[in-house]
Parts: sequence; C-alpha cells; structure tokens
Amino acid sequence: MRYLPHTEEDIRQMLDAIGVKTLDDLFVEIPAAVRMKRPIDLPEPLSEAELLRQLGRMTAEHAAAPSYSSFLGGGAYNHFIPAVVDQLASRSEFYTAYTPYQPEISQGTLQAIFEYQTLICQLTGMDVANASMYDGASSCAEAVLMSARATRRKKVLLSAGLHPEYRQTVKTYCSYLEMELAELPLATDGRTDLAAATRLVDLSCAALVIGYPNFFGCIEDLKALGEVAHGAGAMLVAAVAEPVALGLLKSPGELGADIVIGEGQSLGLPVSYGGPGIGFFAARQKVVRSMPGRLIGETVDSDGNRGFVLTLATREQHIRREKATSNICSNQGLCALMVTIYLSLLGKQGLRELAEQNLAKAAYAKQRIALLPGFSLPFSAPDFNEFVVECEKPLAPLLEKLAAKKILAGIPLAKFYPAMDNRLLVCVTEQNSREEIDALVAALEGGAA
Amino acid sequence: MDFPEEMHYTEEHEWVLVEDDVASIGITDFAQDSLGDIVFVELPDVGATVEAGKPFGVVESVKAVSDIYSPVTGEVVEVNEELPDTPETVNTSPYEDAWMIKVKLADASELDELMSADDYKEFIQDN
Repeated sequence: MRYLPHTEEDIRQMLDAIGVKTLDDLFVEIPAAVRMKRPIDLPEPLSEAELLRQLGRMTAEHAAAPSYSSFLGGGAYNHFIPAVVDQLASRSEFYTAYTPYQPEISQGTLQAIFEYQTLICQLTGMDVANASMYDGASSCAEAVLMSARATRRKKVLLSAGLHPEYRQTVKTYCSYLEMELAELPLATDGRTDLAAATRLVDLSCAALVIGYPNFFGCIEDLKALGEVAHGAGAMLVAAVAEPVALGLLKSPGELGADIVIGEGQSLGLPVSYGGPGIGFFAARQKVVRSMPGRLIGETVDSDGNRGFVLTLATREQHIRREKATSNICSNQGLCALMVTIYLSLLGKQGLRELAEQNLAKAAYAKQRIALLPGFSLPFSAPDFNEFVVECEKPLAPLLEKLAAKKILAGIPLAKFYPAMDNRLLVCVTEQNSREEIDALVAALEGGAA
Repeated sequence: MDFPEEMHYTEEHEWVLVEDDVASIGITDFAQDSLGDIVFVELPDVGATVEAGKPFGVVESVKAVSDIYSPVTGEVVEVNEELPDTPETVNTSPYEDAWMIKVKLADASELDELMSADDYKEFIQDN
C-alpha cells in the first residue's frame, strides 16, 4: 500500500484552495463543548527500527492461538489455513475490501464473488446467495428483517440455543422497528424444544431462527422445526456459526430452511481477535427480491461472451434510498475471496474429510472428559466439534490454572447463560493434536481433584 | 399513448376505474412507457387498508423500483394474483390485464381530487 505523507506546504496550499486559514477552522461547525482542546496524548514518534522492536515485544505478550492449546470455539473457529489462501488473496488485482462502485469494469472481482455465491449455495443447499455481509450476527439480523418483509409479519421466534451474540444483534437491529421477538426454550437434550415451538408458533410469526449446529454444538432437528414453521406459514432461518459442520451434515436447504445465514470465518480466515468475520446469506429463489445485500449475476455481453454484473441493484440503498431492502451496499470482498479460495482448495471431498477429523477429535475429547470424576456431559443431543461439559467444582479457578499451563480449555457459559454456572463450552478442531487433547484431559483431572 | 375517458388519473401516474363503490387501480400507459420493461410487481394482501396518497405496492423495471400510490382510501377487496407471475402485462395491457387492486371506497368524494383523461394528458405534457 502506498503511504502519501503531506508537508506543511501541502497543507497550506489545500487550506488556501478552500479558503480557510487553519486546520481548526474546518471544525468550527462542531460545538466547542464537544471538541477536544488538548493535543491527543501520544508518545513521541519512533523510528522504524524502534517501532518494530516495540510491536514485537507487545506481540510476544499476547496469547495467540499458535502458542496455546486452544479449545475455544463459540462462533470463531481455529482451523488450518493453507498459505496459498493469503498468497492469492494478496494479489494486487484483488486487494480491496470492497465491491467496486463502478463494478462492471472489475470483471475479475465480480467473477470471484460470483464463484463465492455459487459455493455458498452448494454448501447451504439454497438457490441464491448474496455477495456477503459483515459477519454471522449481522447476517442473522438481516435474515430476521427479510423474513418480516417476505411474510409481512412482525413476530420472530429465536431459539435460546442460537448464538447469544447473534440474538443480541437481532435485538439491536429490531430496537426501533415494530418487531416482536420471543424466545424458543431449550429441551433437556440441548436442542430447541420442539413441543414448545409447536405451541409458540402462530399465524403472526414471520420466522423461527435456529442455530445449526446451535451454540452448545448440538445438531438441531431442522426438518421437524421447518415443518412446525411452515405449518403456520412462517419461514425457517438456519444460522450456521460453524460451516465446516456442513461438510458432514445434511444441508439446511435439504431440510427445509428458507433462509440460511452464517459466519464464514471458519472457511479460510484467522481467529485473531475473533475475526475478521464474513456473513454469508442464502435463500430460495422465490424470495430473492426481499434479499438484502449485493448480488452478482452471470450474463453475456453484446458479443456473446460470458460476463458478470451487479444484479437487482435497483433495490439497493444508493438507488432506492430509505426504501431499500437493507442499508448494506457493500460486502466483505476480500474475506469472500479468501473463503472462495479456501473452499476451492478443499473441494467437496476435502471439506468432508476435514469435518470428519473435527468430529472424530471432538468425540475423543468428549469421551475422555466424560470419564473424569467430577465432570459430566449435560446434553445428550448429537454434536459436531463442540460440546458442553459440566464441572462439579467452580470453573473460574480451574480455567485460570489451565491457562497458566497454556491451555485455553473452553468458554464458560455463565457469561451468556447465568443459570449455567459450572458449564464449559469446549471446541476441538483438526488443529488440536491428540497430545493436546490428552494434555487437556490430564490437566482437567489434576485441576479438579 | 392511450388514456381512456372513463378513468380518473393521479399525478403519480395511477389510474382509477370506479364501478359502484369499488375502485380498480393500476398504472398508466405513460407510467409503463417511462419505466420500461416491468420485471416485478409487489401488491398488498386482500383485507389490507390503503390510504389516498400513500404507497400500497411496488413496480420494478430494469431501470428502477417505484412505489405505487393509492389514489383512494379503503379496504382491498381483490388483488390481481396473476400479475406477480406475469409482470410484463403492465407493459402490454396497463388498463385491462394489469389492473392491480380493487378497493372498496371509504370516501367517494376523494375522486373529485383526481384528474380527468384530458387533464392528465395536459399534465404529462406540461411536465
């Protein structure tokens, strides 16, 4: 990236050109009471060498995934990323975070997004996918709004097993809209309570939103929940926070979902600070006009050559203003490219093998932990690479001890579910070796005794 | 361009045809011609209430998406169910096959506010 500094002389020329005397004059419109009057409190500038040394020291203090045994999941997953993903995504032809604003001139970018949409459709079993959104949580909120548009209904039932941060984001998006949000309780096996869903759904419901797998790693019975939703004319929204699971599970599309959204971070993006994320969003063809976000379509030019265009843009914000289907006019272009490269590298068979490794390793860890005295598995539903462990003793001191051994054992659920005081969400991926899993089990055993 | 005498017209380019106390509503020949090829029509459900001057539906052409404004107030008693599947009839038959909704008039005096065919012709020439 080019860095273009400006000199005092450059600044003076620019100020002269627009007819103001000082930089501060640019801010006179902002009330003095809210303007900072002192300089920003920053240390003196450093030389490049000093700066690199300092950043190196700061980096060494971080608990980065490679220097720890990490069993953290909960919406961001530590998967191996082949070097070629970064290598290709860093090519200057691709290196922009945005959908281009004069799109058709960038055929390569549009083709990459078109391929991304195609892969997401194959993964989710849906007809159409958009060019991507910020992350899984914002995609989930957009799916809720879309279901209300498509059904002209205002009530949405969110499963208590849906990622708590997704639920929070949905609530924020709906705060000033006339929407009614209600919760679908969990059954004792860790999945959404089907009987309660049947009781709660009615003709005012726009959608049921279900995690697949859900936040506890449990595989929901989407087919049955879909039948409940459709019986009342509501939509089924499947929220997939860990799409690697779709390498093995039946796709939500096959099971009757009307909208499938999720987090694409698992597919080629690192877990540094939990992201960056990329929201995927797919739906059935018949509701395509209610879909938010950008869509790339394939067409032919006047000479009959294959080409790519932005399609259905007439419903977007820059044309339709406040009546647009959503306020998203962009996408996670670079992240979508990385997902595309990652999925293309793995292929259908590779994704299946990856999912099998995750399942097998998690099953091994689960089995070993369940045998430890003082530990149990509260949920009996089938799961994928994540599961909940209940500990007889208080969790906090145990987790601290394990962290000192460079083991991040999992996410304490009390933060999201106050009633789940001694429960831990443990995630095992292909990145966790058998030695690491055995070390976790041994440390838990020692710590709990 | 055709503007049947028996209809009333709005400045937003809708037409109204009243039979007894029910008003059929659609968009004019001028509107369809300006919009170009219509690819999508979104209409309300039977039983919905529409209000004079407020949007009740959407037409989408290859160029733009536009709201359709109701010329009158009342309850929607019938909706052209075939139109969403055959949006091109808005271009080929704007006054007959592409009627959009039928509204039971709540206040017939609202019709007095609308334009005659001659007034509408003049209006689109001036604009």
